[in-house]
Amino acid sequence: MKRSLRKSVMASLLILLLATSVLASGCGSSGDSDGEGVTGEEQYKIGAVLDISGKASSLGTPERDTLQMMVKQLNTQGGINGHQVDLTILDNKSDETEAVLAAKTLIEKDVLAVLGCSSSGPSMAMLNTVQNEKVPMISLAAASSIVEPVSERQWVFKTAQSDKVTVGKITNYLREQNINKVAFLYMNNAYGDGGRKAFSEAAKENNIEVLVEDKFEASDKDMTPQLTRVKASQAEALIIWAIPPSASIATKNFKDLGLTIPLIHSHGVGNQKFIDLAQGAAEGVILPIGKLTVAQQIPDTDPQKEVLQTYINNYTQKYGSPPDSFGGYAWDAFNLVVNAIEKAGPDRAAIRDELEKTQGFTGISGVFNISAQDHNGLDEESMVLVQIKDGKWQLLE
Amino acid sequence: MDTPSQLLQLLFTGLTLGSIYALIGLALVTTFNITGILNLAQGEFVTIGALLAISLYATGLPLAAAFIIAVLLVAALGGVLERCAIQTARQASALTLIIITLGLSIFLRGLALLVWGTETYSLPAFSEGGPLFIGGAAITPQSFWIFGLTALTLAGLYAFFELTYWGKAVKAAVLNRTAARLMGINPNRLSLLAFLASGALGAAAGIFIAPVTMTTYDMGFMLGVKGFVAAVIGGLNNIGGAVLGGILLGILESFSAGLISSGLKDAFAIIILIGVLLVRPQGIIGSLKERKI
Repeated sequence: MKRSLRKSVMASLLILLLATSVLASGCGSSGDSDGEGVTGEEQYKIGAVLDISGKASSLGTPERDTLQMMVKQLNTQGGINGHQVDLTILDNKSDETEAVLAAKTLIEKDVLAVLGCSSSGPSMAMLNTVQNEKVPMISLAAASSIVEPVSERQWVFKTAQSDKVTVGKITNYLREQNINKVAFLYMNNAYGDGGRKAFSEAAKENNIEVLVEDKFEASDKDMTPQLTRVKASQAEALIIWAIPPSASIATKNFKDLGLTIPLIHSHGVGNQKFIDLAQGAAEGVILPIGKLTVAQQIPDTDPQKEVLQTYINNYTQKYGSPPDSFGGYAWDAFNLVVNAIEKAGPDRAAIRDELEKTQGFTGISGVFNISAQDHNGLDEESMVLVQIKDGKWQLLE
Repeated sequence: MDTPSQLLQLLFTGLTLGSIYALIGLALVTTFNITGILNLAQGEFVTIGALLAISLYATGLPLAAAFIIAVLLVAALGGVLERCAIQTARQASALTLIIITLGLSIFLRGLALLVWGTETYSLPAFSEGGPLFIGGAAITPQSFWIFGLTALTLAGLYAFFELTYWGKAVKAAVLNRTAARLMGINPNRLSLLAFLASGALGAAAGIFIAPVTMTTYDMGFMLGVKGFVAAVIGGLNNIGGAVLGGILLGILESFSAGLISSGLKDAFAIIILIGVLLVRPQGIIGSLKERKI
């Protein structure tokens, strides 16, 4: 009996291990394509790899919806120079390996450019593939390292504000409030790590002391242990670099622990899901974010106002709820690549060159000024600080 | 926050986490005690129970009604799966049956993905009001609900296995199916009963933890693994051991994350599991000797 019990325990352990590896490597990929060839002209193929399912699905889903809406609009208006656009969207299941496989599938289909991924980890994973195959890629994720150093990322661009830009906005706020001692918690993945690196550099420059620095896993269910260390420290503010649901859980734990210091999040929580999941605990949270979420509150003189309103109206009309900043990243990426193809024609190298020459393009995430030194092209002007009040985004100051 | 209250806080967090693992461990041990099968789909029962309750609650049903309906539905689901997948392969080896439950787990996860998608859902806490502060450490009311469910389940299962005729019958059927049959015990019916019970228990656990952990279609796998570790630490056939194992695991995770580094917390769990398997494969309490015939 003892032997057989031990054997069955060992067998189940083995099976669990196998199952984990199967889960980790993922199996197969699904996709849906949107676009029909009706005209005689040859179709232009564009590919997108998004985090539609898995941990970052709250990012990938609005991006998919936005892209599907836009390609339909573009094709009914006659496409690019009379060519219909065939957009193929693949799901990477928020997984690095799946992202690379999807990128390779798209490149074999001869797409002119690849959009995606939604989050930093999978985006980083695709870099090598697009660099080797010389295919332009526009990431929708935040980490600066996706486009830096530019000398090694010739073919890679991105539309989400880099973590450096976001961090700059946060350190400015801390300086204004005379806060010199902070705690920093981040999620243990490429997004969190990018935020940590950018913040610790900026903190050093601004003489801000980081008393506690700790991480949590994206799948963690309770961040109280990490927050306990924050509570025990003399920190005057807490900065959390994560996306929901873990960002929401951390916020809830923060309130439950009775912490009263200012809580600052990153732009990774820029969707309604964050507020809903935190169940009231998000009140008072401060974060830097693109102007989309507070489009009604920004002055009419803002150069982005009109673009933002149009996007909000179109999206709300089609899907019944207003878009969030993640959908905005997809809007920008799609328009950037369409503009580039319009000028360059169906040639990958020429499209890349055109992307690099983009100047003064008014998008959802800001006004893009891309150059050979900066493949993101956004500055601090592209973001505003907001505070969550009564479950809504409120422009700060 | 001074050091004693920091330690107390980590203890409270560990107890909450540990009770969650203990609940899943309890369900695993119950099925194992009755059928000799390790049900690797246990985590999915937890997920589906929680998701069902959330959907029912969203239609406007009161929370208690949503709870009862979800628990009954998942119990029925457990029963149906047992009849369709386990019973038809009853003659196969234990290993085959375990692999079947793994297949069921993948199937249920896929089903949950189809029905609920990849979004994260959450339930409101069962009782209103903010956290309680004891000695400077905070504890949420929902934690008490979870403690209560764990204690109640433990007491109920203990009473069933140790005090009732049916409990004894169950144990006898595991040790020797043929002998049990000769004594008028129907092992097939017991197997169905086990899956009904583990489905109900899993769903109840899922609904109780939903306000704390939030629910996604794929959360069952990790919870199942943690529950499995808890059950193995406790000796796999000992219900008290599973609770002890779960709470030990939770406290260890919380203290290693809070005092050393959060990166080490899963490593500690696995080190403990390997240590227990090497040194005391019968579990920290271990009652295998009694089971020798």
